Amino acid sequence: MASEAVCSHRDPMLKKRDDFEDILEERRNSSDLRYALKCYTPVLYKQLTPCTASDLKNMVLCSTQVHFVIAQVSKETGAAPEEVQAEASSILEEMAHRLQLGPIRFFAFVLCKVFKTLFRSVCVNEEGIQRLQQSIHEHPVVLLPSHRSYMDFLLMSYILYTYDLALPVIAAGMDFMGMKILGEMLRMSGAFFIRRSFGGDKLYWAVFSEYVRTMLKTGFAPVEFFLEGTRSRTSKSLTPKLGLLNIVMEPFLKGEVFDVALVPVSISYERILEESLYARELLGVPKPKESTSGLFKARKVLSENYGSIHVYFGQPVSVRSLAEGRVQRGQFNLIPRHIPRRPSEDVQGFVNDSAYQLLRAQEENMVLKPWVLLSSLLLQNHHQNQNQNQRRGGGMMMEELSEGAVWLRELCRQYGAFLHWPDHVPPAEVVSSSLDLHRGLVTISDGRVHLNLGHGAQKGAGLTAEEELLSQAVIILSCASYRNQALHVFVRPALLATALQAAGSAHKQDVFNTFNFLRNMFANEFILCPGAAVQDFEEACFLLMKTGVVLMEQEEVLVTENGHRTITFLTSILDPFLQGYQVVCRFLCEASTESLTEAQFVPAVRTFIVRLLLSGRLRYSEVLSSDLQKNALAALQRLGAVHKLKREAEPATLKVNTVMVNSLEDTLGGKLPTVKPVASRL
Amino acid sequence: MTICIPLGVPVPHFGNLGAKSFTNNLSGHFCTQHYESPCLSFNRHEVMKWNGWGYSDSRFLFNKKGQAEFTGKRYKLSGMILPALKDWFEGTFGASLQHKSPATPLLNTSAVQAPTLNQDFVEELKSIGVPFSHEAEDRAFRGHGHCLHEIFALREGKIGRVPDMVVWPNCHNDVEKIVALACKHNVCLIPYGGGTSVSSALECPPEETRSIVSLDTSQMNRILWIDEKNLTAHVEAGIIGQDLERLLNESGYCTGHEPDSMEFSSLGGWVSTRASGMKKNIYGNIEDLVVHIKMVTPQGVIEKSCQGPRMSTGPDIHHFILGSEGTLGVVTEVTMKIRPVPEYQKYGSVVFPNFEQGVACLREVAKQRCAPASIRLMDNEQFMFGHALKPQVSSIFTSFLDGLKKFYITKFKGFDPSRLCVATLLFEGNREKVLQHEKQVYDIAAKFGGLAAGEDNGQRGYMLTFVIAYLRDLGMDYYVIAESFETSVPWDRVLDVCRNVKARVVRECKDKGVQFSPLSSCRVTQTYDAGACVYFYFAFNYRGLSDPVHVYEQVEHAAREEILANGGSLSHHHGVGKLRKEWMRETVSEVGVGMLQSVKDYVDPKNIFGNRNLL
Repeated sequence: MASEAVCSHRDPMLKKRDDFEDILEERRNSSDLRYALKCYTPVLYKQLTPCTASDLKNMVLCSTQVHFVIAQVSKETGAAPEEVQAEASSILEEMAHRLQLGPIRFFAFVLCKVFKTLFRSVCVNEEGIQRLQQSIHEHPVVLLPSHRSYMDFLLMSYILYTYDLALPVIAAGMDFMGMKILGEMLRMSGAFFIRRSFGGDKLYWAVFSEYVRTMLKTGFAPVEFFLEGTRSRTSKSLTPKLGLLNIVMEPFLKGEVFDVALVPVSISYERILEESLYARELLGVPKPKESTSGLFKARKVLSENYGSIHVYFGQPVSVRSLAEGRVQRGQFNLIPRHIPRRPSEDVQGFVNDSAYQLLRAQEENMVLKPWVLLSSLLLQNHHQNQNQNQRRGGGMMMEELSEGAVWLRELCRQYGAFLHWPDHVPPAEVVSSSLDLHRGLVTISDGRVHLNLGHGAQKGAGLTAEEELLSQAVIILSCASYRNQALHVFVRPALLATALQAAGSAHKQDVFNTFNFLRNMFANEFILCPGAAVQDFEEACFLLMKTGVVLMEQEEVLVTENGHRTITFLTSILDPFLQGYQVVCRFLCEASTESLTEAQFVPAVRTFIVRLLLSGRLRYSEVLSSDLQKNALAALQRLGAVHKLKREAEPATLKVNTVMVNSLEDTLGGKLPTVKPVASRL
Repeated sequence: MTICIPLGVPVPHFGNLGAKSFTNNLSGHFCTQHYESPCLSFNRHEVMKWNGWGYSDSRFLFNKKGQAEFTGKRYKLSGMILPALKDWFEGTFGASLQHKSPATPLLNTSAVQAPTLNQDFVEELKSIGVPFSHEAEDRAFRGHGHCLHEIFALREGKIGRVPDMVVWPNCHNDVEKIVALACKHNVCLIPYGGGTSVSSALECPPEETRSIVSLDTSQMNRILWIDEKNLTAHVEAGIIGQDLERLLNESGYCTGHEPDSMEFSSLGGWVSTRASGMKKNIYGNIEDLVVHIKMVTPQGVIEKSCQGPRMSTGPDIHHFILGSEGTLGVVTEVTMKIRPVPEYQKYGSVVFPNFEQGVACLREVAKQRCAPASIRLMDNEQFMFGHALKPQVSSIFTSFLDGLKKFYITKFKGFDPSRLCVATLLFEGNREKVLQHEKQVYDIAAKFGGLAAGEDNGQRGYMLTFVIAYLRDLGMDYYVIAESFETSVPWDRVLDVCRNVKARVVRECKDKGVQFSPLSSCRVTQTYDAGACVYFYFAFNYRGLSDPVHVYEQVEHAAREEILANGGSLSHHHGVGKLRKEWMRETVSEVGVGMLQSVKDYVDPKNIFGNRNLL
């Protein structure tokens, strides 16, 4: 079945994953130049009609789809069809890639050098590569890598080149175009550029979607894009953007190809290049505009060690089998297929569900490094002992950390995490070498490990309390981003653990109701497949039972004596989010008197949170993350507690339903019992 | 059991039909004498296979030298050796001449259930003097069509529910009497024409408890009159296609209706399934050819009062009859358009570098409305198959010429032998116009990279349509089962349907555990203004499968789903029968089914015509 192919198995321990191969190893032993000039003869799509990048443009401009929209636009605007045609042509000019082998070889050469300096290893599952090769031969292929770094798409092309696979064309944000020379280089290595927003621009959409579809249908090259739409600054998977997925699924739904293979690719970085950049951005320092010279300034990153990268090419997912029994393909029979139509409700639901399934497939194959566990433990320790330790520098004893890490390692494995922990090395060594790689975030002194929060005189001098808070938050958020890498492993059990505490009853239905409430609340925060509340609940119950944390007795869910450590750990994982959402609720209630525009929201809520943190009424500085704040707002909007009021020529303001927001806050805080949502019977 | 009325060549039957002829004479139309077709007696199975396609004397076999040959004398290919067929057959299917799966040679009459007879009906039938039989052979022969599962079961000697008796009415009046008796005694009637159905239409519904009577129209096979002023012929519906054409030819006319089954299928069958003929571009499909239809229903006879070429008198009642698949009554007489036999015929063929170009060319031909009498496009697999059926070349010169042609096309023109495909053409008319027409079509083909590939290839292509059904029997002797199915589809979806359905067949075979890669092939057989008719063939080696027929049925089902999902129709001309009934609702909508149902309810409230086709 389709869903089995991408969704988790009943027992995550049974998950089978491929072995990795380090592709840098060979690079360290043989000539990079010879490698860059190697004979490159990839396997191609079996029904490929060879064409060049400029043939593609012609095909798009001559397509009935684009012609139809040109005629439509010209009719609506009164512009001459030739003008509109010219505009279409210039849109395509701005967008199109110019994939050539030369620049690829150049990049291959440069990236060899760069990768070898930056990374200890770049590990790839070769079986995944073989599966991909097979897929490329059989069907049009869409590559869906996770997006954590600018590196991602260069890395992807590099790997495909290394394995003699067809090079992808990559949907990239227009911001790259700012980098003059680099932008053009990227274009020649297969990137095509799309505007971040083009709202109602029919012509743009027509040209863009037809361009992507044409490349896919003809099998010109695998099409690569990021489901998450942008780089995740938090290392959590972002909720999927559906536009491009819709486009690449359409040729199958409309019968223009027999099938499309979607290949989720999980790229895990042991240390993210943009680590502190992201943290700053989340705290409100805007991201630097991409420019070539900026990239040169970033050269100092070249002198550091960024550990290893793991790239896992997942099982190709057939759109045909995903759609089996879900989409009536006959719905396209009665209207010419070139006439653009909004996707029907069932198609929208289908694409959305598929996107979540694919993201989960991505998450499942993300490799977790020991540091992910360490940062989780260190953060929890920091928050628990914040008050007592503030003046003493805090931290954890090395042994305590090792012990905790070993305990957590077992838990992770039980939950089916893809953990890369070298079992043949003593745990203490694993811990210290992990810490070593992240010297920017932690220091070890007197056998204690603590976060680099800059307590004491050396940095504190001359900084306001708020500045100090923010500089600490950079470290906390950086650590949190590593902890977040493991969130997909823990989120379901953590929701259950929190529900067990908050439900106020051990009755299964009550626990489920609370679980469902929380799940619904956090649907913008974590990747939770829509409509899968019962499956998620059952999965969480299964995991907690399997690890002896809870017992199911008749209709009751009971926490065992030995389960408390796990429960504490799990609830602490979720706690920052729980509190963060409450804070956002409180802010909205307090701010509801004034008219708050959407743009003002993040700065205002940030000021509010800073105040709470400084006064000690809030422990978690990671609540300062604009990502969390935006997700909370989106959740409230989705639940109908906040409405966006759009008025002509004025920025949209937020209309808060105070009663509802208040009650959500109280329910999150456990002060109110969960209101039984309608469709949530177990 | 005995047949109550002696067999023999049916005597011309004037009866009360004379009145009609007389009227025609009065009105001054030239009326010829009745034409008879001598070929089908009561016992068809004496000349035809009981468990396979066509004439008993014509079959493919691998001789002692391992070469394929076609026996008999009836066809151009008869008596010829086909040296390339063995390699193609073994190579394509992974089959081997060592692994045989022979059919049960003789019908085991004891396997046929004893008939359930309605004695009162039988008695009255005797009294009206219509011949009938309850011989096992007669009944078994009329209990099936030519779907794969039907033939497969027969080859294994398995006989399911078959009609309990067979009646041979001799004329319209006989039919009226039989239908009246059936209504009176509540007997189920299943009309039987040529028996070439491929939609399970002739299968007896297993749930039917009444006595089932097969109404064999084969004795109603006369041309009652020819009207040269209006160019129409009035024909009894039991006439078989080839007889109709031959008899008309004797008078210098033809109907031009040539479905691939025309050697065996009947006029009544064409009407009740909405048949389509190869040369429909000139002559039209059956619905374009009929001027008047007479059908006997349980409520009485339905017919129009005149032979006007077109009427605006509400929904055309002919269209309730056309495609009714024997659920409403028996078509007894039909007035058909006729045409003078064309002065000149010319075959032709064009090679295209790939199927896409070929389809584009056919589309352009349709757009310019200059389609020849027939234009068909075979895909690469069928092209290869066609090659395997080339008879032994008699002279070195011909084989040298063939080699030269091949060299020219593949090397000089750069066609990829694994992608090229062939269109076969048939032109008809007066010589001058044919040549002109031919040039026009070849000019269009050239724009799509097509190269003229000679008359022989074209002619062989059409000849193959008549022998291809015999080939299935050969395959079945060696563990290979095959079936064909068709659809109609708008032009913009032709390529998509072809690609996806072929791929779906391959995928389904693999998923269902077929050990060898299947043959999955298609051809475009008709062009229309707004679309085309596409024919699919699929075949696979079933060694290693415990229930090959079930696998085959699943594959065919999936293929039909794929056709519908891609915007193809449920059927272009084979009909629905019982095989495709499950999709009727989605095909014609809830209201559509209700409409058809209400017609059935009115015309046949007791479900006398109980073959349960269509609805």
